[in-house]
Amino acid sequence: MTEQTLQVEILRYRPETDQDPAFQTYTVPYRDDWVVLDALNHIKDNIDRTLSYRWSCHMAVCGSCGMMINGEPKLSCHAFLRDYYPNKVRVEPLANFPIERDLVAVTDDFMEKLESVKPYVIPQQERAVDEGPHLQTPAQLNAFKQYTMCINCLLCYAACPQYGLTPDFVGPAALALAHRYNLDTRDAGREQRQEIAASNEGVWDCTFVGECSQACPKSVDPAAAIQQTKIASTIDWYKALLNPWGKR
Amino acid sequence: MAKSNKPIVWSLFAGGGMLSAFVTPVLIFVTGLAVPLGLMSLDSLSYDRMLVLAQNPVGKIVLFAVIFLPLWHAAHRLLTTLHDVGLPKGRIAMTACYGAAALGSIAAAVVLLRI
Repeated sequence: MTEQTLQVEILRYRPETDQDPAFQTYTVPYRDDWVVLDALNHIKDNIDRTLSYRWSCHMAVCGSCGMMINGEPKLSCHAFLRDYYPNKVRVEPLANFPIERDLVAVTDDFMEKLESVKPYVIPQQERAVDEGPHLQTPAQLNAFKQYTMCINCLLCYAACPQYGLTPDFVGPAALALAHRYNLDTRDAGREQRQEIAASNEGVWDCTFVGECSQACPKSVDPAAAIQQTKIASTIDWYKALLNPWGKR
Repeated sequence: MAKSNKPIVWSLFAGGGMLSAFVTPVLIFVTGLAVPLGLMSLDSLSYDRMLVLAQNPVGKIVLFAVIFLPLWHAAHRLLTTLHDVGLPKGRIAMTACYGAAALGSIAAAVVLLRI
């Protein structure tokens, strides 16, 4: 019996030799328990050592292997070949980001935005170790827990049409993480994060398309986080209007 | 980064969306289906009754709300949709959308106040 095979079409770009990115097609063995990342690893190990792509855990935890697979943002370790077979699979680097090399996207823009929203607990007062742990009730944990599942894989940025149109937009993952810390009872940093989140480039550039929440492989709902931030920011705005002498 | 003034239009958009979702279908049902099909008495939308509604101050507020808030909702949605399909965010589109909503709101207010 002849071995079943599958064609994988990969967008290649080697900046030192290529003028423009171009597709290159590889034929790989087909196994029904293989994911696209297995096919890429097969190509790298056996066919073409020059292929570049990011990956690490192979189990949808690290967030490194996000790619456009048949035009949809997916983790390549989470996209089974059996869902595409016998058709060709087209693999491209994440949309809305510049290409560093082959399937590797330049993600510096996101890293800067992520840092700008201060995605860490900013306590009201520093707590000494001998004061013991900061306790939270299950309900307090539940309020933000889903947002902690974000693995910064950037599928939501590749899915977001607004980020594509307005590169200054802070974007889904960073705004969802800002919301995550705002909702945390241990945190008092909301006012600092609002400087970014409540700006035009923050939540207000979002038009609630909702593709970010569809694309998320960890079932985070960034679209909901952004709409909740819009409501809270609107309440802030009217409060400041009604009480111009109050705390801004 | 500067604090945004978007909450003004967004709160009108959100309020209008709420009304459009919950009240507008009921209004369409009552005015477009229930009364014409005879499920409700023809008299319930008679000129006299409607006139009393529009003359009552609370009636005026309710009528104004169901007209002006959905107008702002539509204006904001249309503007963001234009942006989604690739029209650059410009003063012209903004003036046209919000201007139409503002004119509609003023017209509704003037008509209601003159009844």
